[in-house]
Amino acid sequence: MPGIRVARRITGTDVAIWVTGAVLITIVVVGSVSTLASGRYTVRHWVDFLVAGLANGSVYALIALGYTLVYGILRMINFAHGEVFMSGAFTSYFLARSLEQSGMLNARPVVSILLLMALSMATSTTVAVLLERVAYRPLRRAPRLVPLITAIGASFFLQYTFRGLYGSGVRGYPQPAILDGEWGVGAMRILREQVLVIIAAALMMVLLYRFVQRTRTGKAMRAVAEDKEVAALMGIDVDRVIVITFAVGAMMAGVAGVLYALMFGQVRFFMGFLPGIKAFTAAVLGGIGNVPGAMLGGIFLGLVESVGPTLFLDGLGIPAPNQLKDAIAFSMLVLVLIFRPTGILGERLAGKKA
Amino acid sequence: MALLEIIDVHAYYGHIHALKGVSLTVDEGEIVTLIGANGAGKSTTLKTISGLLRPRHGAIRLAGEDLVACRPHDIVKKGVSQVPEGRQVFTRLTVQENLEVGAFTRSDPRAIAEDLEQVYTLFPRLKERRNQVAGTLSGGEQQMLAIGRALMARPRVLLLDEPSMGLAPVLVDAIFEVIERLHREGTTILLVEQNALKALQVADRGYVLQTGQVVLADTAEHLRLNEDVRRAYLGIT
Ligand SMILES: Nc1ncnc2c1ncn2[C@@H]1O[C@H](COP(=O)(O)OP(=O)(O)O)[C@@H](O)[C@H]1O
Ligand SMILES: [Mg+2]
Repeated sequence: MPGIRVARRITGTDVAIWVTGAVLITIVVVGSVSTLASGRYTVRHWVDFLVAGLANGSVYALIALGYTLVYGILRMINFAHGEVFMSGAFTSYFLARSLEQSGMLNARPVVSILLLMALSMATSTTVAVLLERVAYRPLRRAPRLVPLITAIGASFFLQYTFRGLYGSGVRGYPQPAILDGEWGVGAMRILREQVLVIIAAALMMVLLYRFVQRTRTGKAMRAVAEDKEVAALMGIDVDRVIVITFAVGAMMAGVAGVLYALMFGQVRFFMGFLPGIKAFTAAVLGGIGNVPGAMLGGIFLGLVESVGPTLFLDGLGIPAPNQLKDAIAFSMLVLVLIFRPTGILGERLAGKKA
Repeated sequence: MALLEIIDVHAYYGHIHALKGVSLTVDEGEIVTLIGANGAGKSTTLKTISGLLRPRHGAIRLAGEDLVACRPHDIVKKGVSQVPEGRQVFTRLTVQENLEVGAFTRSDPRAIAEDLEQVYTLFPRLKERRNQVAGTLSGGEQQMLAIGRALMARPRVLLLDEPSMGLAPVLVDAIFEVIERLHREGTTILLVEQNALKALQVADRGYVLQTGQVVLADTAEHLRLNEDVRRAYLGIT
């Protein structure tokens, strides 16, 4: 039962956990203080870190929504979601190339980006809906581990399908010229692509939130998430709502795919792996199953990952701390699972009624 | 022809033979009650009507139309609404959202808004709490919400599964008053109850279910006077 704590004795494990926590907090505090005291970084640097973190975090947040929506409804982690993101981004690469060749990408950048997003969303949605139909629906009554393993299998299947079709190399994703350079706001200057990412992601998140809260289908989604049988007794077609949930999550991933490709300028069959795991981390961080939690978790993870290495580690004399940003991100996953398995806003990862 | 007909229905949970040839009918405008001990198969009968459980044998018809081949949401659309055992409101949705979800099969916003007002007239407490999440309501309020939610579908037949379960006596009386009022307004009701005394007071007819079989069927008045019923279900010796 969530919420019920059984009083128990303090064990050796508890002590070890708390000692670890104390050590980590000490490292973070001492590191931050000495980094700031060294004066090696100016306000400009920190603003750059923050904005970059916000941009990355927005992408994580968009992907994290897919994990959280599906988990909310099926109590299942769709580990192939990173590949749903990759499929959209990769497919849009071909359109981006031909838009570039025809000159359209620079002549009509806004229309071009919207087209890229539309194609990416359509591809991601198709992939996700097929996955649900072919791989997950037949297993809905199976023990939980079965669809989880299937999801991992599906993830490999998608990666190696793209690898088989298009090779394992990195492909340069063309960027419209309008996104080159920076925009200045007062003394602050922000990379244009980061502005696009942050605004587009924020817009999508607002749309999604309103969809879930306000629309008839959104309410049906929340009803199905709470109890499928009772939702069916309301006349809700539960299978249809599940498909819609996968589709909505995939649309967010499709948009994230284009934003990510524009930001980093490349696509590859393996590109879904790391953002996928990071977004899963973000969803757990925010409280899996919780929509605002996924958004907050993504942005929080992006910020910590961007600001953290320099802030925490530079002052400790650790060389090239930015290389450790993935280590920081996954340490956060482990820490959340140990200290607050419910995440910032959410429910427990395991043990909820299916 | 009866509005709802259940003919020789057999239903299973895996190997457990839960319904062994249940037959019953409900006419337009009637309250029919299904009474029986814990585990007799009352909830199973309602689940089978609603399509949550598919009978292995037998027929279920609404106004002559087959329901066995329909999926649960289509059965609601055809006019059968159920208030499940233990209320089962959506605790994380607000009171108003619960009622709106109850009207999911309907599309005329004006008629839905009218019915919403009617439910609020029937249950003024719900109106006061319309923007609260349902999980914060008391047991009695949740039961009212569950009934209101089912009414929002404008059902031709309302299935009630133990609406008085776990409620304080005052609230039990309030719930039965609502049932009588719905009956006077012409709603057709199939009422499952453990509180057989109360159920037989409001019902027109009744069926007694025992280990998956109908063992008695009569008018509510005759059942109230029946020696076996009095001994087994009314606690009168
Ligand atoms: N989900 C289930 N799985 C297996 N057996 C069940 C299930 N639900 C009910 N049963 C069994 O079916 C029989 C009838 O149960 P039910 O319809 O819930 O009885 P009632 O509502 O009259 O108390 C009981 O023997 C019960 O144990
Ligand atoms: Mg029951």
